[in-house]
Amino acid sequence: MRDIKRIVRDYIVENLLMGGQAEEVERATSFLTIGVLDSTGVVELVSFLEKTFDIKVLDQEMIPENLDSLANIERYINSKLS
Amino acid sequence: MLLHQSFLETSARVPRDVALICAARRYTYAELAQSVENLAAVLQGNGVREGDRVAIFLENGAEAVISLYAVLRIGAVFMLINPQTKTEKLAYTLADAGACCLISSQTLARVFVPALAQSAVIDTCVVVGGTIEAPLARLVGVLDFTAATESAASDVNVREPKLSDQDLAALIYTSGSTGEPKGVMLSHRNMMTAASSVISYLGLVAQDVTLAALPLSFGYGLYQVLMSFRLGACVVLEPSFAFPVKVLETMAAERVTVFPGVPTMFNQILSLDDPSRYDLSSLRVVTNAAAALTVEQIQRIRAQFPHAEFFSMYGLTECKRVSYLPPDQLDSRPASVGRGMPNQECWLVNEHDERLPNGSTGELVVRGDHVMRGYWGKPQATAERLRPGPLPGEQLLYTGDIFRTDADGYLYFVARKDDIIKSRGEKVSPTEVERALLALEGVSEAAVIGVPDPALGEAIKAYVVVQPGMRYREKQVIGHCQGGLENFMVPKFVEFVEALPKTPNGKIDKLKLRERNARVASSAATGE
Repeated sequence: MRDIKRIVRDYIVENLLMGGQAEEVERATSFLTIGVLDSTGVVELVSFLEKTFDIKVLDQEMIPENLDSLANIERYINSKLS
Repeated sequence: MLLHQSFLETSARVPRDVALICAARRYTYAELAQSVENLAAVLQGNGVREGDRVAIFLENGAEAVISLYAVLRIGAVFMLINPQTKTEKLAYTLADAGACCLISSQTLARVFVPALAQSAVIDTCVVVGGTIEAPLARLVGVLDFTAATESAASDVNVREPKLSDQDLAALIYTSGSTGEPKGVMLSHRNMMTAASSVISYLGLVAQDVTLAALPLSFGYGLYQVLMSFRLGACVVLEPSFAFPVKVLETMAAERVTVFPGVPTMFNQILSLDDPSRYDLSSLRVVTNAAAALTVEQIQRIRAQFPHAEFFSMYGLTECKRVSYLPPDQLDSRPASVGRGMPNQECWLVNEHDERLPNGSTGELVVRGDHVMRGYWGKPQATAERLRPGPLPGEQLLYTGDIFRTDADGYLYFVARKDDIIKSRGEKVSPTEVERALLALEGVSEAAVIGVPDPALGEAIKAYVVVQPGMRYREKQVIGHCQGGLENFMVPKFVEFVEALPKTPNGKIDKLKLRERNARVASSAATGE
C-alpha cells in the first residue's frame, strides 16, 4: 500500500509550503490555520490528489474535513479508493 | 461622528440582534459591546492611551472585531495585520508604527514571538487561546484575551477618551513602489465618510446579511464590518475562501444578501462543477473590487447570481473607494468602473496637472473627506500623493492610477503609474519580491513583473540571472520565496536569463521585460 501521508507531505513541502517546515505539515491539525494552504493552494492540492491517486474530487468533497490535514487527506483518499 | 460611536449606538438600539456569525457561533450586538467595553478597560488599565497604535494580528474572527472596536473605544489607533504576514515584515510594521500593544493568538506565536524579540516598542501583548511560551521578560503585560474580555476583567470603567473625528482611527499598511509598506493614516471622519458613501450607493440596510471572507486587514474586508455595524445588519465572517463549498453552504444557510468578492473568489465559484446546487436566491448585492474582472467573467457571475445586482468598483486604501458602476450601466459599459461615488469629486489630469475633458486619458485625482491624512511617518511619500486642493487646508489625492474616460465621463482603468502588481486582489511591490530573490545564494540579478492571469488578476513573473556555475530549478526559486514572502507575493513563473535589459541610466528596463513576455505569450498562443 502506498504511503499516502508521505506522498502528500512531500508534495506540500515541495510545492505549497508557505514558509513552514515538514514537521509543521505533519503536526498540523489545520493547514489553513498555520498558513500552509490558501485558496490557490487548495485548488493545486486537489488537482495533485486527482492526478496522483486517479480520483475525482467532487465539489461537495472539497471541505476541510477531507483536505485540511494529512490525517484528513489520508482518510479521505482511502475512502475514495475503497 | 466617531467610528465606534456608530457601533455603540447600534448596540444600544438593537442589543438582541445578531451582529456577527463566526464558525457557527452567533454574537448579538449586546454581547459584542460588552466584550468591547471589557477589553477597552483592560487595555486602558495597561496604559494604552489616545493616539497609541495597537496592532491586531489575528485571523478573521470575533476576536479581531472586538479588538478593533476596543482600541477605538479608548481613542487609540488600530492596525489590522494580515495573519499571513511573516516575522520580518511584522517586526518592521510594529516598529514603523511604533505600536505599543499587540493582540494576536497562540496559533500565530511562531511568527509574532520572534517579531516581538526584534521590536523594542511593544510593551503589552494580548493573546487569544492561551499564553505564549517564549520568555518575553521585557513585556510589561502578557494578557489572556478571553480573561480580558470577561466582565470581571477590570473593576474600573473606561475613562472617556478625549477625541474628535479628526483623530486617527486606523493605520492600514499598504505596499508602495519603494517596497517599504506604508501606513495609511485614516481618521474617524475619513472612514465614516467612506462608509456613508458606499452604504448609500449599494443601498445597504439593517436587514442585510453580508458574507465577509476577505481579510479584515484589507480595507474591502474591514468595511464590511464597519458598514454593517453602523446599520445594525449582520456579518457572516469567514477566515478565508479556501474551501468555497463550505462558504457557499454557509451563505445558503444564513440567507446571505450581500457578497463582496475579488476575482480569485469568483473564479473559484465559477470553476465548481455545479455551483447552482447552493440556494443563493437571497443574494441581492454582489460586488467586485481590488482587481478587474474580464467582461466575460462578469457575464458568468451575473448568470450565476441572477437575483443579485452586480457592482464593479474601484478604490485604493488611501481613500477606500472612488467609483462604482451603477448596475444599469453594465450592459452598455461592462468594462467601466463608473464615474465616482456620492459625496466626492474625481477627475483626470495630465502631467501638467491640467483637468482633462471627457474622452481623455490621465491620472485620477480624488477630492473628498474620505481622503487619507497621509502615510505614517513618511512626509515625502505623502507629498507625492496629497497635494493642496481648491479650499485652504484641503488635500487632494493623486491616485497614481491612469484611467481613460468615455464621452459621458465613465472611467476605464488603463495602468498603474508605477509598477505595483495586483495579484489575488493584493498589492505586490516588485521591489519586495526582488529583494527576496536576491537573497538567494548565487542570484545576481532579479526583476519582477505582473503578467495577465485570468485567475489571479496578475501573476508574478520573475526574471532571474544566476551566477556562472550555479543552477536552480524554477521550483527551488519559488520555494525560497515561499519561505520569506506572503503567499500572494510568491512568483508563479521564474525565467532564467543571461542578463536583464537595462535603460540608458542603468536601471532594469521593465518595459522590455513586459514586451518579451507578451511576445512569448503570443507565440505560444499562435503555436509558433
